Amino acid sequence: MSSEKKQEKPAKAANSSSKPSTTAKPPVPARPTAPVAAKPPAPAAAPPVKKEPEPPAFEKGLADQIRKKFGESTRILFIRPLRIKVQVDPKDIVEVATFLRDSMGFDHAESVAGTDYPKDNQIEVIYHLGSYTRDDLAAHVIALATRTTRDDAHLPTLINVYKSVEYHERETFEMLGVYFDGHPRNDRFLLPEDWADIPPLRKDFRIKGR
Amino acid sequence: MTSLEDKVEESRKLGLQIVKESEEDRLMTLSVGPQHPGSGHFRFIIKLDGDYIVYCDPDPGYVHRGEEKMCEYRNVIQNIPHLERPVIHDSNNVTYSYSLAIEELVGIEVPRRGQFIRAIASELNRQVYTLYWLAIYGIFLGHSTMFMWPTGDRELFIDLLEALTGARVTHAFNIPGGVRNDMPDGFKDRCIRQVRYFEKRLKEYEDIFYNNPLFRQRTEQVGVLSKEDAAKLGVTGSVVRASGIPYDIRKAEPYDIYNEIDFKVQYMKSGDSYARSYVPFLDMKESCHIIEDLLDKMPESGEVRAKLQPNPKGPPGEAYRRVESGRGALGYYVVSDGTPKPYRVKISVGSFRNILALPYLLVGQKLADMPAIYWSLNYWPVEADR
Repeated sequence: MSSEKKQEKPAKAANSSSKPSTTAKPPVPARPTAPVAAKPPAPAAAPPVKKEPEPPAFEKGLADQIRKKFGESTRILFIRPLRIKVQVDPKDIVEVATFLRDSMGFDHAESVAGTDYPKDNQIEVIYHLGSYTRDDLAAHVIALATRTTRDDAHLPTLINVYKSVEYHERETFEMLGVYFDGHPRNDRFLLPEDWADIPPLRKDFRIKGR
Repeated sequence: MTSLEDKVEESRKLGLQIVKESEEDRLMTLSVGPQHPGSGHFRFIIKLDGDYIVYCDPDPGYVHRGEEKMCEYRNVIQNIPHLERPVIHDSNNVTYSYSLAIEELVGIEVPRRGQFIRAIASELNRQVYTLYWLAIYGIFLGHSTMFMWPTGDRELFIDLLEALTGARVTHAFNIPGGVRNDMPDGFKDRCIRQVRYFEKRLKEYEDIFYNNPLFRQRTEQVGVLSKEDAAKLGVTGSVVRASGIPYDIRKAEPYDIYNEIDFKVQYMKSGDSYARSYVPFLDMKESCHIIEDLLDKMPESGEVRAKLQPNPKGPPGEAYRRVESGRGALGYYVVSDGTPKPYRVKISVGSFRNILALPYLLVGQKLADMPAIYWSLNYWPVEADR
């Protein structure tokens, strides 16, 4: 099992690096320089490069699968190799998550994080999905993100797609006040039973004295 | 033949007082923890029907400290000392993935020797944690020797870490850019000597604990988690590896120099409490090889820490990095808005993921099997609460 995985890694790396040399098109030479440039000149040149890094072939394949299925309703960002972020509307999230699970093999959620953006009056909820069943996806984490308004924060739950989000969504509910429609228990989990304040991970909750 | 109602009716005629119990009368609610010596700062409510558990509801949060919120008020380096509080026994691994995430956001390259020292500290600390976990598992099942031995042998690694970092338990050793200081003189020889001694001790552990017929009877075929359910519940670390999924972040997504280290992912297929308690033991064995391999391949000299700007900050962006801790994958999702303070830090810990399997495994089991199942899930309450 493990030796099989080990063999795959160098093969993949060799594949992606040998590609530019075989296809000698004009835009291709830019590809090998982009990942190399992203690392060493960190202080000065990082910001422009980091914005739109060219994805490796495997990640591009994953993204194309999603694009082909859902077209314009999803927005796909490449954060770095092995990390793709898929942004969807709340109404599409269950459908996209089902597709990621059934057709692409992302079988469990590692984490659910909520981020408060008071400037946009929005809360982003982001699911980090991984795969235990497919060896070639073992290193990949796909981030499925959606946004809701702060004033009336509610999203459809993914518990029927990913059982593993149960406690994470409950935590997001109490920490950011996002109500998950269809979740069996939108209630207290980590906070004290007598907590009587706004959800603490919202930006307008301030730690006392700071 | 005759129904219970008929029997009750018949007994009335005879003048006997047989009353059919209602379900509410029959069930007993039992609160395990938060004062229970084995549960840690954690409570779970179970309902018993006779000897069988019919309901379980975990209630964490007794040691919730708001680590994630605290991160938003401090700059990236200041966050290190408080972030290791959730698992002080595994403090190097808790700060490891945080450092990796910050390095990715800020764009820091860690010197090669620094990467090796990090990995060594991480492996040593994993041993400390696993031994502590094993000690509690031993006493939880009434095996006092297995409490004493790991607690004593844990000192071997604590001493090594003290020599390496200057602190016994909370080291604050990993920082974005590398490690705080270089190895002391003579550390390599001392480390190899102690690790080899520990390997001999592991054989004794196996004889007295894992091959103990009483222990095996209490854990084998108890709380079986199938491969499919393990994947569905998203459990991690030794729990998922005991269910036949050989998933270890060190192999799946190698960080720092782990792709140069030769080791095998330890896993078992039975998915019962015995497998879940044996996989950490196999991990400890493998970890001994990893430590020797790391010490062998480490460059003799060089920088251990990249030079940083005061208040390092990167461009706006986000990073999700994970390492293999004593309790499985430990991921940090860090969002940066371009200031020295993180905009949002989410810690995805193995304990919080593994506890989802607790109600699933306990319902239908006998109360006497509860300790064997609960602690085999490798749950650290303080880490889950954050």
